[in-house]
Amino acid sequence: MDQFTLNLIVVGATFALYFGIAIWARAGSTAEFYAAGGGVHPIANGMATGADWMSAASFISMAGIIAFGGYDTSAYLMGWTGGYVLLAMLLAPYLRKFGKFTVPEFVGDRFYSGTARVIAVICLLIISITYVIGQMSGVGVAFSRFLEVSNDTGLYIGAAVVFAYAVLGGMKGITYTQVAQYVVLIIAYTIPAIFISLNLTGNPIPGLGLFSNDTASGVPLLTTLNGMLADLGFASYTEQHDTTLNMFLFTMSLMIGTAGLPHVIVRFFTVPKVADARSSAGWALVFIALLYLTAPAVGAMARINLINTMYPNGVKETPVARADVPDWVANWEKTGLLKFDDKNGDGLINYTSSAETNELDVNKDIIVLANPEIAQLPSWVIALVAAGGLAAALSTAAGLLMAISSAVSHDLIKGQLNPGISEKGELLAARVSMAVAIGVATWLGLNPPGFAAQTVALAFGLAASSIFPVLMMGIFSKRINSKGAISGMLVGLIFTVVYIFLHKGWFFIASTASYSDSAPMLFGIKSTAIGSIGALLNFAVAFIVSNATEDTPAEVQELVESIRIPKGAGAATGH
Amino acid sequence: MADKSSSNAYWKANIRAIQIFLVIWFVCSFGFGILLRPMLAGIKIGGTDLGFWFAQQGSILVFLVIIFAYAAKMNKLDREHGVEE
Repeated sequence: MDQFTLNLIVVGATFALYFGIAIWARAGSTAEFYAAGGGVHPIANGMATGADWMSAASFISMAGIIAFGGYDTSAYLMGWTGGYVLLAMLLAPYLRKFGKFTVPEFVGDRFYSGTARVIAVICLLIISITYVIGQMSGVGVAFSRFLEVSNDTGLYIGAAVVFAYAVLGGMKGITYTQVAQYVVLIIAYTIPAIFISLNLTGNPIPGLGLFSNDTASGVPLLTTLNGMLADLGFASYTEQHDTTLNMFLFTMSLMIGTAGLPHVIVRFFTVPKVADARSSAGWALVFIALLYLTAPAVGAMARINLINTMYPNGVKETPVARADVPDWVANWEKTGLLKFDDKNGDGLINYTSSAETNELDVNKDIIVLANPEIAQLPSWVIALVAAGGLAAALSTAAGLLMAISSAVSHDLIKGQLNPGISEKGELLAARVSMAVAIGVATWLGLNPPGFAAQTVALAFGLAASSIFPVLMMGIFSKRINSKGAISGMLVGLIFTVVYIFLHKGWFFIASTASYSDSAPMLFGIKSTAIGSIGALLNFAVAFIVSNATEDTPAEVQELVESIRIPKGAGAATGH
Repeated sequence: MADKSSSNAYWKANIRAIQIFLVIWFVCSFGFGILLRPMLAGIKIGGTDLGFWFAQQGSILVFLVIIFAYAAKMNKLDREHGVEE
């Protein structure tokens, strides 16, 4: 059987599974549509959260970023996991006790202000729409590489699948589909990693293999890698090159940004009890850690394999000839994600650290997707990786679309425009907004703005500087009033957006940038790390303004008292 | 709902637990992984030093322990203060 047929069968089988779940888990009420009826087991919710959280960026891009960035990229590993500690202790249990459907609804009730709620909706929409563009283009790339359809056709198929289970099942359908998608993606990620680790170090657990000896030379794997890089003139893998301040702030931005992402927070509204919200955050991190402990090994080992491919006789010998490259290199060359440019015309591929003599250009995103081919694994593993990449992108897209549609139908339509809408009417409105959101996401995926990759920094910066602080203050302080919260959110938001625009260009038009991330405006802080400063300003402004203005009303103080205590939480409700 | 003084004591105990766990959270990621890495550079592990291990794996394992320890601690506090569901 050829590779294409096999890809088709494996991807088709996973899609059939998702459809089956969609039909089984139809939503009959708004409680089921927005919060899966509040009856999801904490372990199942943890798995769904894992799939929801691990996007195309985690599955496809992260190991590649680590492979080429080494120690400095530890910020991603710590940042994208450490946020769950904050969620478990500072946000999830109390928001679960609050027992409503959306994040802006909490902001509106706690700060007794429709304005605060609308600002939260705006932040949520910018964050989620930005994020969903990346997922949709990930779906397109995976389809075009593995199923030989055009990028656009791939997008339509992906959109149709999400449409089926998200519109029909709402949060209930999405949750149970995500459980299945988690299983697919984690198997697809770890199998090639296990083989590669066995191959290089003899250790079947990639996370341990990373710190084991390289079987070829008998010295530690990372020593081998550093030696190769030094011979070729590249920067050391294990040393720090970024400034300590920037690495610290970048890690912090990713952590509090993770804790402030609305589509992750709402996952904790689906469990039955407050205690379940705490343990479910732990289970989510267990399932995320399975991938995140493997990723640094995949990164380092892929870098070694790449260098070995280019220098089959060792880095001190002549590089591989253009005509002798293995099949996988030729396969990826066709996609344009891996390029050669024989600058000195010697017929060899010189992979070096200098821009003038280097002849190999590798897109970081192919590291994970090409892994099974690099390790010469059987073709069913390649098919599995295709299905895994699609599962990662589709599950995150569905979670984001859920957050977008509930913000529109519940916070804008029911909350602001038509509070008297019936349960049936709201359910219909939720389904229609979901359908519209999928349409918009598909359109954006077909016509991705040139800045799609850069806007991810914006999403994390916004979540860190606007949503995380306002939620935390709403729970841990009774003194923060509506004026404090609104001014805090606006200052955090505007400061962060302006700093990012100053470095990436106004509205991401590159020519309008006044600074760049290689020479940032303030103390070497790059625009990707500025969210933590924005959060600090948000806290400070909210505190100062609240203390200078009136105290919070008695009923709001009672609300804060009640969310701090688990007793008395029912299922999430809209009333 | 539980009476006021009991719920105040519960909240104080919760804040105390959060503070302790946040210190561990900070020291094992930002501390050992970034700020204190130069101090740990002498402790070698698999071709690099302990700080690199904390930054790429150790911190994640510590995070896992923190969340489950906090969840267990809170379940106990919930029962002690009579505020469990």
